[in-house]
Amino acid sequence: MHIKWGALGEVFLVGLGVTIVVVVLFSLGVNAMAARADALEGGAATSRAAGPATALAALCFGVCALVVAYGIYLIVT
Amino acid sequence: MDITFIVLAVVITALLFDFTNGFHDTANAMATSVATGALRPKVAVAISAVLNLVGAFLSTEVAKTISSGLVDETKINPTVIFAGLVGAILWNLATWYFGLPSSSSHALFGGLIGATWVAAGGGAIKFMGIITAVVLPALAAPVVAGLAAMISTYFAYRITAKTRPDQAAKGFKAGQVVSASMVSLAHGTNDAQKTMGIITLTLITAGVLAPNSGPPVWVIGLAGLAIALGTYLGGWRIIRTLGKGLYDMETTQGFAAETSSTATILISSHLGFALSTTQVASGSIFGAGAGKRLADVRWSVAGKMVIAWVLTLPSAAIVGALAGEVAGLGTVGTIIVALVAIAVAAGIYIASRRDPVSANNVNDVPETTRPAVTTAA
Repeated sequence: MHIKWGALGEVFLVGLGVTIVVVVLFSLGVNAMAARADALEGGAATSRAAGPATALAALCFGVCALVVAYGIYLIVT
Repeated sequence: MDITFIVLAVVITALLFDFTNGFHDTANAMATSVATGALRPKVAVAISAVLNLVGAFLSTEVAKTISSGLVDETKINPTVIFAGLVGAILWNLATWYFGLPSSSSHALFGGLIGATWVAAGGGAIKFMGIITAVVLPALAAPVVAGLAAMISTYFAYRITAKTRPDQAAKGFKAGQVVSASMVSLAHGTNDAQKTMGIITLTLITAGVLAPNSGPPVWVIGLAGLAIALGTYLGGWRIIRTLGKGLYDMETTQGFAAETSSTATILISSHLGFALSTTQVASGSIFGAGAGKRLADVRWSVAGKMVIAWVLTLPSAAIVGALAGEVAGLGTVGTIIVALVAIAVAAGIYIASRRDPVSANNVNDVPETTRPAVTTAA
């Protein structure tokens, strides 16, 4: 009987890693977007904080988008 | 004449199986989005249907083996495949009636095993293959996907604990649209392939196609359409169980569950350790529930699902064996099996109309699965 324990272990570790990274990054992105919305609603006094928040959100969602693109690449090839 | 009749019967039953596969497995990709309201029910199944159709054309790798080393492939003939498909279709319909997500692949394997047993005896069954290709992945899938979903759900709630709830819900809702689509696409590339593989192999054994040829375009198109049509009609009963039957799902949990499903399905098929989409998706949904509040998950529903998983292969095998026995008599036997199968399928459909579940009431929590307030915890 040949059981691919190595492959199973790899599926487990990579699956766990990718899922946690994507969900954590996306959550941070959601946080940044919320901070951005707060900053913009606060008027001129707080709107300067909107820039960094937007950049952080873009970074987080950008990495998530790259992972999605790689997933599609895996599906197609 | 006999050959062409049974070949035609296999092609039609394979497409019907593909159709049941589609509506049985819509829930894997879309139950979470329907439940959290990220997508309206009709929109969700439409997206899933289109991506299943696209997936059928996208993937170039056709399942050359349909039995995954479970039976001696030299003993498989069109009659065995026909009987196996009948067993798989009827089991899919029965589990759909009860709203239970069970693996369409396991149903297919079970049907083939039963039909092969009748045709060639128990010696043609590779029992070790059943352990490595069915039992072990079935144990691993929910654990792997469930743990990933559970841990990431926990982190997601920790990170967004101080975030305005409306903003968080909006963000994860948008994320869900993408993650659910990815599950659908990954599913479409896997499952439509199975049917194409069966039809192509049958055509090759019948001498219609040259050995080692790929599926003709009409086979790809028909298989893709069958699974897409099944997906669009929507297995609302199973969507309700997975989306609303287990716990009251929020968008954060839906997103974490879908991400875990996509990652696990893609990585497992990439590394050659194929896991059942159904069991991965169910495991993810449980994990996402447990990652927030363990006690709120209706574990009694989980118990029913596990029982359905355990019964899937043997039950489909018994139906496949009976169908194989009768179909083995020749054309008349095949026609009898087809008529009986149609009658049983019609019966299940009529029974389902007494308590219909549709896009309109899919998110109503069924009475029987409401948690008993104190005992369930």
